[in-house]
Amino acid sequence: MSGIERIEQVFRDLKRAESAAFMPYHAMGYPNRQASLEVIAALTEAGADLFEIGIPHSDPLADGPTIQSATYAALVGGTTVADCLQMVRELRAQGVGKPFCAMSYYNPILAYGEERFVADAAEAGIDGLIVPDLPPGESELLEPACRQAGLATIYLLAPTSTEERIQAVTRHATGFVYLVSVTGITGAREELPSDLLGFVKRVRRHTDLPLAVGFGISTGPQAAKVAEIVEGVIVGSALVKAAGSASGIAAVRTLAEELAVGSHTAVASDQKRQ
Amino acid sequence: MVLTTTSTSVNYRAVPDESGRFGPYGGKYVPETLMPALDELEEAYLQARDDGEFMAELAHLQHTYVGRPTPLTYARRLSERLGGAQIYLKREDLAHSGAHKINNALGQALLMKRKMGKTRIVAETGAGQHGVATATAAALLGIECVVYMGIVDMERQKPNVFRMQLLSTEVRSVDSGSQTLKDAINEAIRDWVTNVATTHYLLGSVLGPHPYPAMVRDFQSIIGCEAYSQMQDTAQGGPGRLPDVIVACVGGGSNAIGIFHPFLEEETVRLVGVEAGGHGIEGGAHAARFADPKLGRLGVLQGTKSYVLQDSDGQIALTHSISAGLDYASVGPEHAWLRDMGRSQYTYCTDAQTLKGFKALCELEGIIPALESAHAIGHVLELAPQMARDQVILVNLSGRGDKDLGTVMKTVGGER
Repeated sequence: MSGIERIEQVFRDLKRAESAAFMPYHAMGYPNRQASLEVIAALTEAGADLFEIGIPHSDPLADGPTIQSATYAALVGGTTVADCLQMVRELRAQGVGKPFCAMSYYNPILAYGEERFVADAAEAGIDGLIVPDLPPGESELLEPACRQAGLATIYLLAPTSTEERIQAVTRHATGFVYLVSVTGITGAREELPSDLLGFVKRVRRHTDLPLAVGFGISTGPQAAKVAEIVEGVIVGSALVKAAGSASGIAAVRTLAEELAVGSHTAVASDQKRQ
Repeated sequence: MVLTTTSTSVNYRAVPDESGRFGPYGGKYVPETLMPALDELEEAYLQARDDGEFMAELAHLQHTYVGRPTPLTYARRLSERLGGAQIYLKREDLAHSGAHKINNALGQALLMKRKMGKTRIVAETGAGQHGVATATAAALLGIECVVYMGIVDMERQKPNVFRMQLLSTEVRSVDSGSQTLKDAINEAIRDWVTNVATTHYLLGSVLGPHPYPAMVRDFQSIIGCEAYSQMQDTAQGGPGRLPDVIVACVGGGSNAIGIFHPFLEEETVRLVGVEAGGHGIEGGAHAARFADPKLGRLGVLQGTKSYVLQDSDGQIALTHSISAGLDYASVGPEHAWLRDMGRSQYTYCTDAQTLKGFKALCELEGIIPALESAHAIGHVLELAPQMARDQVILVNLSGRGDKDLGTVMKTVGGER
C-alpha cells in the first residue's frame, strides 16, 4: 500500500465510524530524542489517527513561539533530518502503524536532496509530506518525486486564499488538504475563528479530498467543534507545550486523550459531505 | 580577481520572469496565507509603475524631501594616496535619513498609501538604516509603523533605535535565533502573516518572495540612473566618461543592484559587489555567501531561492560582520543570477580591511561612511592601486556612519 493509500484508508475508516481524525504534530528531538519517541507512543495509545512528524529548522517562519522554541531546542540537541527519518524507522519497528506525514520547511529538504529525501522518507515509513513554505507552483521537483514514491503532497490553504488559489492548490493536493484556521502562525488560541465554516465550504466546492483544520486548537471542546465540520483535527503547539512541561509524557497523554475524544465523538453533521 | 568578458546576447531586462525567477533563483517560497498578498502587491506595483501621476508624486518627494539627486564626489585625496584609478563616490549618505534605504522605503510606503487599501507597515532592520528610512516615510505619510529588530542589533545600533522612536515608530525587539537581521525578518513575516488584511510588509532589500526583489531593485535604480548621467557630465562633477569599475557593498544587495542596474548593458563597465568577510572566510565567521564553498550553497531562506550560508543539514548558518547591515545569510537572487551570467563579480572585505577603508575615507575625504559602505572602500584600497591613473572607479557610498561611531570607538578607539 502506498503512503497516499494508507492516508486515504484512515479517512475512509473514520468516515464509516462517523468520526474525525485526531492528527497530532510533534517536534522530533524535543524535549530530547528518547522523549520524542515516547511522545509518539503516548499519542498512539491516546488514539492518534495520523501524525505530523516535525523536522526542526532554524528559521520556522510559519510557527509561533511554542514550536519555535521546541524546534530550536531539538536543533541544539543535535537533531538532523537523517535522525528524524531514523526515529520514524524505529517507531515503525516498535509497531506504530498510523500514517506519518513529515512536516519540514523547504531548505532542509533541498539540502538533503529532494529526490533522495523522498526516497529515504518513503523507505523509512513516511506517508506524506507537508512543506509550509513550498506552495504548489514552486514544487516542480518534489511533487513528481512524491508521486513516484506514492507519498501524499499535502498543501495548505488559508482563510485569505482566493478561489483561484484554492483551485490551484487542491489540484495538486493528495491525501488531505490542510486548512489553516486563522491568518497567522501556529500556536494555541482561546477561540476558534467564527468564519471557519464559511472557509471550509469554499474549499469543499473545489475538492472531494478530506479536509483537516489546524492552527490554534488546544482543547477537547475545540476539537469536537472542528470535527463537526471537517475530517481531521490537527493539534501542534498545545501538545508540544505539554511535552515540554514538568509532567511531560503524562501531560501529553491527558491532553491527547481529551483531544482524541473530542475529535472522535463528533457526529458527522450536515455540514460534511456524505 | 578574474576578469570575465560579458556576452551581449543576455537580456538583463527580461528578469524576473512571470513567476519571479532570475534563472534558477528567486521565486515565492512563502506560507499560503501570504500568496494573495504577494499577488495584490505585484498588481499594485505594476499599476503604479505605469501610472504617471504616481511616478510624478514619487519623483517630487525624491527631489523635495529626500534631496535627490544625490551628488557625485571626486575623492581626490584618496585617489592620490592610492596612486591608481580615479575614485568617484555616489553620495547616498547625503540622502535624507542617511542612506539609500529611503529610496525604497518611500516608494513602497507611497505605493501602499495610494494603491493598496492598507493602513499599517511592518519592517525589519539590521543596521537600523532601513528601519529609520521606513519610520521616516511612515511619519511623512501618516502611516502606523512597527519595526522588528534583533536585540543584538539594537545594542550595537542604539542611536538608530532612538531615531525610529522619535519618528513615532514602535521598535519591537527580537530575541529568537541569532537575534539579528534574519530573526527580525522572521518576526516581521510572522506579524505580516497574522495581520495581512491591514498590513504591508515593507521589506528593505532585494530579497524575499517575488515581487520584492524586482520592486526594490526598481526603486533603488534611481541611484544608478543619476550616476550614469553624472559620470558622463563634467558639469555634474563627473569625469566625463563611464567608469571602468563600479564597487558596492552587498548584504541583501539593494544598493549594489541600484547602482549596477542602469549600467548592465555597458559591457566595458565591470561590476563588483563586496560581501562581508567578517573575521575571514576560513573560520566561518562572516557573511560572504559567494566566497565560502563550504557554507554558501543554493538554498531557500525567507521566501527566495539564492545562495545561502547553511550547514550540511540545511540549517541556516550564523553570520558575522562588523556591520549589522551586511550580517545576513542570503543574498538577493538577482545577484546570484548576474554572477552566473558573468556580468557581476563578488569579492569580500574583512572587518579589519573595512576599518582601514573607514579610516581612510574619514581622514582623506572628510566623510564618515557607514560600516556597510566602508566594505566597498576597503576593497577599493586594494583595487585602485592595481589600476592605471586614467581609469575610473565609481563607489556607491550607500550610507553615512554616525550610527556606527559606537562600534568603531570600541574597535579602534583605543588606538588613538
